[in-house]
Amino acid sequence: MNDWSRAVSARQADNLAVAIETVSGNQGLQIEEALIFEQDSPGHCGVDLPEPAPFRSRLGGLERQSLIGLPGLSEPQVVRHFTRLSQKNYAIDTGLYPLGSCSMKHNPRLNEKLARLPGLADIHPLQPLSTLPGALELIDTLAHWLKTLTGLPAIALSPAAGAHGELCGIMSIRAALEARGDRRIRVLVPESAHGTNPATAAACGYTVDPIPADATGRVDRAALEAKLGPDVAALMLTNPNTCGLFEREIIEIAEAVHRAGAFFYCDGANFNAIVGRVRPADLGIDCMHLNLHKTFSTPHGGGGPGSGPVALSASLAPFAPLPWIVHGPNRLELIEHKAGPAENSLGRLKGFHGQMGMFVRALAYMMSHGSDGLRQVAEDAVLNANYLRARLADDLSLSFPGPCMHEVLFDDRFLKDTGVTTLDFAKALIDEGYHPMTMYFPLIVHGAMLIEPTETESKASLDRFIAVVKALAAAARSGDMARFRAAPGLTPRRRLDETAAARKPVLRWRPDPVQRQAAE
Amino acid sequence: MRYLPLTAGDRAEMLTAIGAASIDALFDDVPEAARLAGPVDLSRAMGEIEVERVVSRMAARNVAAGSVPFFIGGGVYRHHVPAAVDHLIQRGEFLTSYTPYQPEISQGTLQYLFEFQTQVALLTGMEVANASLYDGATACAEAVMMANRVTGRRKAVLSGGLHPHYREVCETYGRFVGFELSAQDPGRSEDPARLVDRDTSCVVVQNPDFFGEVRDYSGLAQTCHDAGALLVVIVTEILSLGAIRPPGEMGADIVAAEGQSLGNALNFGGPHVGLFATRDRFVRQVPGRLVGQTVDADGRRGWVLTLSTREQHIRRERATSNICTNSGLCALAFTIHLALLGEAGLTQLARLNHAAAVSLAERLEQVPGVCLLNRVFFNEFAVRLPLPAAEIVEVLAAKGVLAGVPISRFYPDNDAVADLLLVAVTEMTTTEDIDRLEAALREVLS
Repeated sequence: MNDWSRAVSARQADNLAVAIETVSGNQGLQIEEALIFEQDSPGHCGVDLPEPAPFRSRLGGLERQSLIGLPGLSEPQVVRHFTRLSQKNYAIDTGLYPLGSCSMKHNPRLNEKLARLPGLADIHPLQPLSTLPGALELIDTLAHWLKTLTGLPAIALSPAAGAHGELCGIMSIRAALEARGDRRIRVLVPESAHGTNPATAAACGYTVDPIPADATGRVDRAALEAKLGPDVAALMLTNPNTCGLFEREIIEIAEAVHRAGAFFYCDGANFNAIVGRVRPADLGIDCMHLNLHKTFSTPHGGGGPGSGPVALSASLAPFAPLPWIVHGPNRLELIEHKAGPAENSLGRLKGFHGQMGMFVRALAYMMSHGSDGLRQVAEDAVLNANYLRARLADDLSLSFPGPCMHEVLFDDRFLKDTGVTTLDFAKALIDEGYHPMTMYFPLIVHGAMLIEPTETESKASLDRFIAVVKALAAAARSGDMARFRAAPGLTPRRRLDETAAARKPVLRWRPDPVQRQAAE
Repeated sequence: MRYLPLTAGDRAEMLTAIGAASIDALFDDVPEAARLAGPVDLSRAMGEIEVERVVSRMAARNVAAGSVPFFIGGGVYRHHVPAAVDHLIQRGEFLTSYTPYQPEISQGTLQYLFEFQTQVALLTGMEVANASLYDGATACAEAVMMANRVTGRRKAVLSGGLHPHYREVCETYGRFVGFELSAQDPGRSEDPARLVDRDTSCVVVQNPDFFGEVRDYSGLAQTCHDAGALLVVIVTEILSLGAIRPPGEMGADIVAAEGQSLGNALNFGGPHVGLFATRDRFVRQVPGRLVGQTVDADGRRGWVLTLSTREQHIRRERATSNICTNSGLCALAFTIHLALLGEAGLTQLARLNHAAAVSLAERLEQVPGVCLLNRVFFNEFAVRLPLPAAEIVEVLAAKGVLAGVPISRFYPDNDAVADLLLVAVTEMTTTEDIDRLEAALREVLS
């Protein structure tokens, strides 16, 4: 019995003592929390609102007749409910969050404070622009930073998230092609791409043509060049790619794409690896979205809101979506219609002017780091990932040799014949207090484990994580399959039955039929 | 740099462990031609005090809505957000977590999204709702695309009462995704039912419409259904459903809405939160994430992301939508605000809004030259002015009153709407604000 399994056995024995059946179902700090609908206390309300003076309704007989069915709760109940729910979540604030391709870095609270300044949060998108010079200045400043960092001359700011930015980019490309009377039907997408890439290309009416990876985890250039032709509209490439590798031949790839008359779209989800050190324009990229909620640290918020500005080359800039901010003779101006310089704009992609709240946070983040600090971000992100790679290379199975960028890809060969899967391994990490890495993505290696530590983890934090992963790998190899299969066991819920959820979907609460009958 | 914990010593030690001579060695794969020798031409790192000063100066150049009498709506409404909402959404466990792909350590997010889905379904009178989309306008485009999938048709009829940004987003998606639109002129009486034929996938109407008029779409729903088309109802002021009959009771098949009014600040138009609700039978065609109830290995109730075979990360080019990140935290703000309000609070809040609007309408109707266009309204209505509305708005802004939205902002080339002004109130509007607007208008129009 090695140290790890001794420790686990000891803890399992402890667990038996801890996992007592409590009267409440709670387990210490793990509190069972009912749905708000099950906590309805008639007569309770979490707000105190005045009674309006008597008035004559102008609803024309269209007044709501039926009850909505919303529960009544007092403010203390509501605060307690959502606080308890929050305690069932893992978060960057509580620990290392090594999800590959997600850049789960520290979210500075200064940015939250600034985004809530009344002059930025309490302004309406339809106010007269004469009352909003500061808002336009802030957006223009953000655009300047993003243009300088990408080397591209234009920025479309309205996309609401990365996938929305992809739509913006592919629509811009199609608009540019159509403007020159060029009808093309295919978009090339590497097999390692995020699912949003093929989904976006297909949504814009293109046939998706997959490109295989070569033995080094990079795009197979020969295969790519063989697929290029006069019917190819664009290549969508992630760089660094989803294996955490820089596409070494990217300049040659860009040249080949351009020779074929196509555009080069780059998925900028992994910009964190190169920000401040490499300008995408210098790689031959025509168009790239930036996830402000990844590289520029706007909080992920449990799945949004994000923001996905798109940097565009001069040839794509005329087609950028509305609105545009332009420098007028005396002040900044907002162009909201397809006219004048924006005559060829592809139009509007979302309501109003983009994710202002995210712009404020991203700009504060960038200004805090400065051009020197952003360069350091890329360097530390890459250093941290390579440190994990070097320290774990003998314990897990590295998918591809050589230095990685900001994330490192392992596969499940080290689990061969152990009976433990990537999923089991990930769930065991949860019991150790870690959010798992990205699992089973990218699809080009078996049982992928994609680890992105980000630059905001300290060496001590990485060392602790490394020790845990090493011990888990040793435990898997020593045949402790049961331990992995049962994981996680220390969470508010153990493994959830996803098959049952999909087979008979229950997507909302409904009143218990017995109670409902009694009420009637 | 305060956010970067590695020290120079750490970096040296780590490079040794890696076996790299320098940090540059780790960037060897970058083509030499593309390696920047030093920092780009932007300002250098700043401390918290400096950043706060720079950004605060920009903020101070704007007129905050709360500092003046304020009557702007047009799809974004200035409501009171209870203090508890903003406090709770800033808990790090909500703010700094990712999409709940690991359900065992994301039950907090999953449970509130399940509550959110239930609230949205209840409010709209529909059977099922998703876990949010980007905003109302993109939700509207997604609704049209879903109607196309459900019906196998590719032509949508858009009401002239649809928010112009929603219409423009549909036009953009339509051009590239490949569907046709037949859009009606704004501000005219219309009969979209007349345009429904065997090729129509859906009719898209808004309630209250862009001009604030509240309508009954039951008859239109019947016409749509008779022709095998769907009725899509857009709601840009979700609070209205605390006072008026919900789209579900009028026969809507899809409701796409903006949820900003509950829990979310104006934010200059974003981030906001798109709501999307429909009938059970269409659930497998819904775009975006869905949270479902299930049980864990011990048989205890829990929640997971479900029906993900619709989504891009599984289905790739055959997904129902390319959406991934949506508006989780804005949905949380919505859920908390609505939990605080409850049935009694929401209906009372809606009454307050309507009462304020009635009061304002009665006052403005007394101003010579001002003509109220609406017969029926909730908290927003349109008035015709004797002068171009954009000019009046600028003059009133200079007097410190933000009077509303000139319709010409959306339709600069349409002379028929140049004198229309859209005016909105909420529970934040005071009697003094109304006095100020009335007095300023009288002065300008006299």
